[in-house]
Amino acid sequence: MASRATTLATPRKRLSLLTGPDKVVLALMLGVPTAIHLFLVWMTTLGSIVLSFTRWNGIGGLSAIEPIGLKNYTDIFTIYPPFWPSLAHNLLWLAVLGIIATPFGMLLAVLLDREISGSRFYQSAFFLPVVLSLAIIGFIVTLVFAPEQGLVNNLLGTNKPGTLIDWLGDPKLNLWAVLLFASWRHAGYIMILYLAGLKSVDPSLREAASIDGANQRQVFFRVVFPAMQPINIVVLVVTIIEALRAFDLVFVINKGRNGLELISVLVTNNIIGEASRIGFGSALAVILLTISLGVIVPYLVRTFRAEARTL
Amino acid sequence: MTTQVATRTGALVTTRATKRRVRWPRVVLHTFLMATALVWLVPVLWALYTSLRPYSDTAERGYVSLPGVLSLQNYVNAWNGADLPHYYVNTLIVVIPALILTLLLSSFAGFVVSRFNFRWNLALLMVFTAGNLLPQQVIITPLYRLYLALPLPEFLSDSGLFFDSYAGIIAIHVAFQMGFCTFVLSNYMKTIPRELTEAALVDGASVWRTFWNVIAPLCRPPLAALATLEFTWIYNDFFWARVLMQTGAKRPITSALSDLAGQFFTDNNLIAAGAILVALPTILVYFLLQRQFVRGLTLGATKG
Repeated sequence: MASRATTLATPRKRLSLLTGPDKVVLALMLGVPTAIHLFLVWMTTLGSIVLSFTRWNGIGGLSAIEPIGLKNYTDIFTIYPPFWPSLAHNLLWLAVLGIIATPFGMLLAVLLDREISGSRFYQSAFFLPVVLSLAIIGFIVTLVFAPEQGLVNNLLGTNKPGTLIDWLGDPKLNLWAVLLFASWRHAGYIMILYLAGLKSVDPSLREAASIDGANQRQVFFRVVFPAMQPINIVVLVVTIIEALRAFDLVFVINKGRNGLELISVLVTNNIIGEASRIGFGSALAVILLTISLGVIVPYLVRTFRAEARTL
Repeated sequence: MTTQVATRTGALVTTRATKRRVRWPRVVLHTFLMATALVWLVPVLWALYTSLRPYSDTAERGYVSLPGVLSLQNYVNAWNGADLPHYYVNTLIVVIPALILTLLLSSFAGFVVSRFNFRWNLALLMVFTAGNLLPQQVIITPLYRLYLALPLPEFLSDSGLFFDSYAGIIAIHVAFQMGFCTFVLSNYMKTIPRELTEAALVDGASVWRTFWNVIAPLCRPPLAALATLEFTWIYNDFFWARVLMQTGAKRPITSALSDLAGQFFTDNNLIAAGAILVALPTILVYFLLQRQFVRGLTLGATKG
């Protein structure tokens, strides 16, 4: 109660120190960034929502926009062949990152979070893919999985005509080849986040648990892991958002076709393809938005609830 | 000494080799880490190796083979053939203004949000943070139409529009990246004692001077970290420039690469050289400024 009284009182005191020009400067310092952000990010998000209930091929100005209710959505769910496979690919992407890459990144962090020689080398190696753009990684995928010139087929001896394994052309294989590299990058990212997380855990917690007779595994899963709650949430959000954002990698490899369809690719194809279907593409974007907000909103509420208490 | 390995194999070895309890887990740990690190480096080393061999050499001996000749000829060919310098310049035209504007505007917003109590501070920070997390494709459709409709003066855009202009690409980078940077900077500024700002204001300094001469200099550490990180993110952008920049010759290097590969890079050796040349700036930044880079990533994650 006392703290609330002071926070209520202080702003008045503080603001009274401000002159007229000061207030203008403050308003601009906050107003300009906010306006740019709201205009380009949130107004367009709203635009996606509004356009998703319309039909528009982009020709003939705003007056040519025709409201059609939920038709885009029913079409997407019922008669748009690539939608369900794309959604399944995004979910598989999430599953592979969440079940394999993220835990593996955490394992690397746990192993490196002790004084061992060469730790810097190991960290640099694991983190290297994170600084590469996904477009570059797309090229590396083609170098590794190319039918005749690629590393994998040359090692397997399947690089001669007749024996070729078409890793990137076969829709049963190509998503897995891509996911291998998506995980390659993701694990290093998660490792860095958890290394920071592990450092933030109070060492006395571990000591107390060991003294009480807990073994290494118990100390980690019962004490250290729960104590890293804030990082765990960040990692969860990062993993899900990465799976939803996936685009560059598949687009570089084959423009996201033939087994590599993703929701993000469908959105893009509907606006810059030959037939520009703006309402339809927006409805796909809104589906992506809805899933994203399902993750972002709980994360923000958790994060900023703690923040609100400290203000 | 707590040097045991958390892995099952480590524990197994410990019980078997009771005499050398301390050593064995370490060996297992290092073997595992070394093996994983090598596997991790294989794709990049493979690209590097392929890029150093002339096509004739790999055609004759196969790609997995000892080299007859190693040379930098592929690099020379990629550099000249695809006119890479031109695309590096395109990238700089985007990255430098975008970086400066992002950091400047984010520190403005972070300053106001962290030093002054306004009712909307928290809501604003939430909006900024959420915006940064949205998948880019959520906003691309209206953004694309908006960019086609918004005029820009001739000296900012030869297309006369936001679409197909550097200013347009810079603007969306700034708007998007500001979310993360504002979050990080405002968290950092909260750790600076409030008395500092108040003392300056009581002494009659204006808000601007308080920001520019008192708070901003203290924010050098997070600014350096964010600059390193944001340089890499913006340099690595593929999507914005791919969709919003129509003229291939104006695209920054990361998004131009797939066109160039199709046109000029006829074999994997050249593709490898081209990919490494494009990746080189981010790899250099990472190795030279690794601490900044990692801190930038974790600043956003550990606090808040």
